[in-house]
Amino acid sequence: MISAFFIFNQKGEVLISRLYRTDLKRSIADVFRIQVVSNSDVRSPIITLGSTSFFHVRVNNLYVVAVTKCNANAALVFEYCYRFIAIAKSYFGKVDEESVKNNFVLIYELIDEINDFGYPQNSEIDTLKTYITTESVMSTNVPAEESSKITTQATGATSWRRTDVKYKKNEAFVDVVETVNLSMSAKGTVLRADVDGHILMRAYLSGTPECKFGLNDKLVIDKSERSGLGDAVELDDCRFHQCVRLDEFDSTRTISFIPPDGEFELMTYRSTSNVKLPLRVIPTVTEIGTSSVSYVVTVKTNFNNKLSATNVVIRLPTPLNTTTVDCKVPNGKAKYVPAENVVVWKIPRIQGGQEVTLSATAQLTTTTHRQVWARPPIDVDFQVLMFTASGLIVRFLKVFEKSNYHSIKWVRYLTKASGSYQVRF
Amino acid sequence: MASGGGQDAKFFQRGKIQEFRAELLAAESKDKKFTKRKTVLKKIVANITMGNDMSPLFTDVVQCLGIPLLEIKKMVYLFLVYYGRSKADQIHLIIPSFLQDCNDRNPLIRALAIRTMSYIPIPVVLESLTDQLRHCIKDRDPYVRKTAAICVAKLYTADPRRAEKNGFVEMLRDLLVDSNATVVANAVASLTEIGDRQDGVIFKLNLTIANKLLAALGESSEWGQIYILDSLLRYVPEKHTDAELMAERVLIQLQHANSAVVLTAIKALLYLMNYMENRKLMDHICKKMGPPLVTLLSSGPEVQYVALRNILLIIQRRPSVLKNDVKVFFCKYNDPIYVKLAKLEIMYRLAREENAREVLAELQEYASEVDVDFVRKAVRSIGRLSIKISPAADSCVQALLELIETKVTYVVQEAVIVIKDVFRRYPGKYEGIIPTLCENLDSLDDPESKAAMIWIIGQFADKIENADELMEDLTFNFMDESVEVQLALLTAAVKLFIYKSQSETSKTLVHKVLKWATEEVDNPDLRDRGFMYWRLLAINPAVAGEIVLAEKPAITTDSDRMDRGALDQLLLHTGTLGSIYHKNPETFIRNAAGKALQDSPALNALSRQVLVPIARANIPLGPVQVEGPGPTEPRESAAEGVASPTVAGGVQAVSLPAGGSSSELINTGLLDEEPEGGHDDGGDDDDYLASPSGPADPYANLEGAFSGYNADEPRPQTNSDLAGLF
Repeated sequence: MISAFFIFNQKGEVLISRLYRTDLKRSIADVFRIQVVSNSDVRSPIITLGSTSFFHVRVNNLYVVAVTKCNANAALVFEYCYRFIAIAKSYFGKVDEESVKNNFVLIYELIDEINDFGYPQNSEIDTLKTYITTESVMSTNVPAEESSKITTQATGATSWRRTDVKYKKNEAFVDVVETVNLSMSAKGTVLRADVDGHILMRAYLSGTPECKFGLNDKLVIDKSERSGLGDAVELDDCRFHQCVRLDEFDSTRTISFIPPDGEFELMTYRSTSNVKLPLRVIPTVTEIGTSSVSYVVTVKTNFNNKLSATNVVIRLPTPLNTTTVDCKVPNGKAKYVPAENVVVWKIPRIQGGQEVTLSATAQLTTTTHRQVWARPPIDVDFQVLMFTASGLIVRFLKVFEKSNYHSIKWVRYLTKASGSYQVRF
Repeated sequence: MASGGGQDAKFFQRGKIQEFRAELLAAESKDKKFTKRKTVLKKIVANITMGNDMSPLFTDVVQCLGIPLLEIKKMVYLFLVYYGRSKADQIHLIIPSFLQDCNDRNPLIRALAIRTMSYIPIPVVLESLTDQLRHCIKDRDPYVRKTAAICVAKLYTADPRRAEKNGFVEMLRDLLVDSNATVVANAVASLTEIGDRQDGVIFKLNLTIANKLLAALGESSEWGQIYILDSLLRYVPEKHTDAELMAERVLIQLQHANSAVVLTAIKALLYLMNYMENRKLMDHICKKMGPPLVTLLSSGPEVQYVALRNILLIIQRRPSVLKNDVKVFFCKYNDPIYVKLAKLEIMYRLAREENAREVLAELQEYASEVDVDFVRKAVRSIGRLSIKISPAADSCVQALLELIETKVTYVVQEAVIVIKDVFRRYPGKYEGIIPTLCENLDSLDDPESKAAMIWIIGQFADKIENADELMEDLTFNFMDESVEVQLALLTAAVKLFIYKSQSETSKTLVHKVLKWATEEVDNPDLRDRGFMYWRLLAINPAVAGEIVLAEKPAITTDSDRMDRGALDQLLLHTGTLGSIYHKNPETFIRNAAGKALQDSPALNALSRQVLVPIARANIPLGPVQVEGPGPTEPRESAAEGVASPTVAGGVQAVSLPAGGSSSELINTGLLDEEPEGGHDDGGDDDDYLASPSGPADPYANLEGAFSGYNADEPRPQTNSDLAGLF
């Protein structure tokens, strides 16, 4: 298992260094710095030198690194790194050099707790926060009952929830957030369109509430078995938070759980059928000789006109030898960004059923070295509130608690694209 | 608490031992809330982090243990974990404090004490730990028990005899049926660690215990689930139904949010399937496995990479998994390069006649991207596609020709390399494009592509009018060429002579080349082959012609598929480093435990037939001395040996496909009738048996799909320069 855990900054300086096993020396950090941090062409998140393997995940300007000397479970090591980052984010708000340095003592405490001898241990944020805090704790006056409550929770079947949660107003917020991935060919055919859905929940519920959750879904394992589904949305797969009873889902398809307190990701799902693409991009890009390229790009919204797409950002690639670009847009702002070789067209809002068109001409310098322009795809980012590309809706959320309190539930929907809505031209 | 957090960055400054010592001393007075000492300790911890040796402060820091502040205690313990080992003479000072903590009322403190003690593996500490651990392993608090379970593994690593003598392994076994799932999971992890040691006790599960562990699965933490699922491979089913019932219980874990749980569950399922009989259930499992594997591609890029490398193995063993999902492996423009390269291989594997058009269109798109490795591999894939799927060959060759038009050097080179194989796969079909290839002769500077082009010229010298002129030019710098090119030139010159024995040019040429090869060159392979040709031609030119231009076995994609026994074995390592590199761990990690399917009455007959025994660990103990970056294990060199011209010998040497030895099997003609069929329509994957009596080395076909080209193939490095640092 994991022999050592490090955090490096961009310069390769060690911010956190914890050895879990004696089969490594701290100087192993130098090897990572030479092999990865100062190497401009790192082509793998795992590097194995002899029997030593380095796993790294980058976050902001940091490298989160685990080192192993055995045939480690690679998925586990990366999941552990991700989890560490999530915990740090929850504790300090953000994960960067400054916050790591500001909290290094606390981080040492955390990584001593969530990892023992390289084996990840209970890492439920809610539980951790009950006994790893920034407050000064006198080791002598922790009442025994208090601490055994903590240990029971940390090792228990519902390790993610304290039993003594109390709220005046019992509320639960459900956010259905869908990320649309699109790859469209230059001919306008959809090569691939799918939805990564996340259902985030913020539960502010007293006691130990038993929740039941229902969607208009139908999990399709074998696509050939498809038949009349009515308005049910076909999900290719779904995955659940630790708290959801998988055996119950397997036998009765109901999602039932005791939620952690506060914010958590209840489930993720994937859908590939009948994906409604909120935005349609129709590009006409013509290379005029070798001196210029003309762009006519139309963006159409494809949803109810009561809704609107916001924060639309369209990135139009330009050839590497572009000097200037002249853009005309009826809506938003378009600007050529030479450093990235793109024209960035930002539109704050487009209503449903509308379309906007950009026309632009890029001037090129003559180059002696003629190389074909690779034409990277046009990338579109946007958000549409109260819309799901998969068509998924929340049918119900029921909360049962022995005190039988009344609870208020809120549901929001958001469909967005960021970095993976791509149109070739 | 969630906002901002601490303000400790200011302590990240290099300090001197004397300063800290003085500060600690000064802090002892007027430090009511211990804030002064806390500050100094933070500075010391920061200095440890930066790599400054703080061990001289041992006695000073240890003094702080008396302070009843948990935060200070933890910092002192951290200090001890760092330096305790090097202070064996002074460590007795803190033993009383440890012992006191081991008996604290607070379970968190008790656990902290044994956890810290077990991190300091020197006899004095281990001695006291042994006594405490015996109590703690039976502590009434589950948190202490789960910590004690891991402590046993630590103790065993430090001093196996002590751990065994004191009966800790048996105590761990008892914990396997503990009432608390977290304790069970840690006991499993601990026993696994001990069982994987070469000197450790054997850790096997019987049906009763395996079922008990499965029952604990639902209540375990996600990490605990991984340890338990992993341990199921230590249970050998005796009856088909045992394996089947167990698989059904594992199956529900595929819906878990943690990708490591999913992959480990898949590992357990793949393992159990070797012992199953119920075909319907197996099909169901295969169907259920696909979607979660695809969902892993929505995780972070690192996990995606792990998933992709594993998918590549899984779809070879169970072709029905994901067979209709090639589209999800299409590369996104902004995927990291390692994800793209891994996807490319899967795309190629999943390509069939039905989706060949889409796959080809994608590959063409990739061929215009920026990353050289990616582009090369995309071009190479187009060629492999045409060999694999004959109905798509026309459009693939057309695509290759278009790519040659771009005149981008590395694209042209890759295209030439694959076209050579296309010619061999479809004799007499595409020779018309030879003139186009010849036009690009000058842009070939990489040896492999040059050798490929020379092979083409030699092989089709009768169809190329100016073949002798071209050869004349190519041999101009004969002595400066790489061996690969020299070998190709030698063979091509002989072929040219056989085709055009009347031509003066070819006569002088072959004479010149043979003379160089036998008299001037130092390379023994080249010299030997030179002599062989020379004698052949001298004794009987007609027979020489028959031999040199003998009909070659048609190239197929047969070698793409890994040997079944090897796959079965490799899949026991699903999700681990071994599955990333497609190597058994014992071949590249020192002291790693090998795994093999265990025989039992329930084991699938075919699996039994191809069982590969665990290879002897053969990692050298000292620093490794190797030439170049390649791996050192003998197994790998055997595979390379087969593919290299030296061993393959004879006339075909230059044109042998990768994994040379398998070409014998091609002669059966089986795959010629059904070149892309058979294994790929995936129906009966359990009945397939790739090369049952084939190569002696089951791993010979490991890198088959991309023949000699595996520059981008992830592999562990053995770097002797770095050996000193470990």
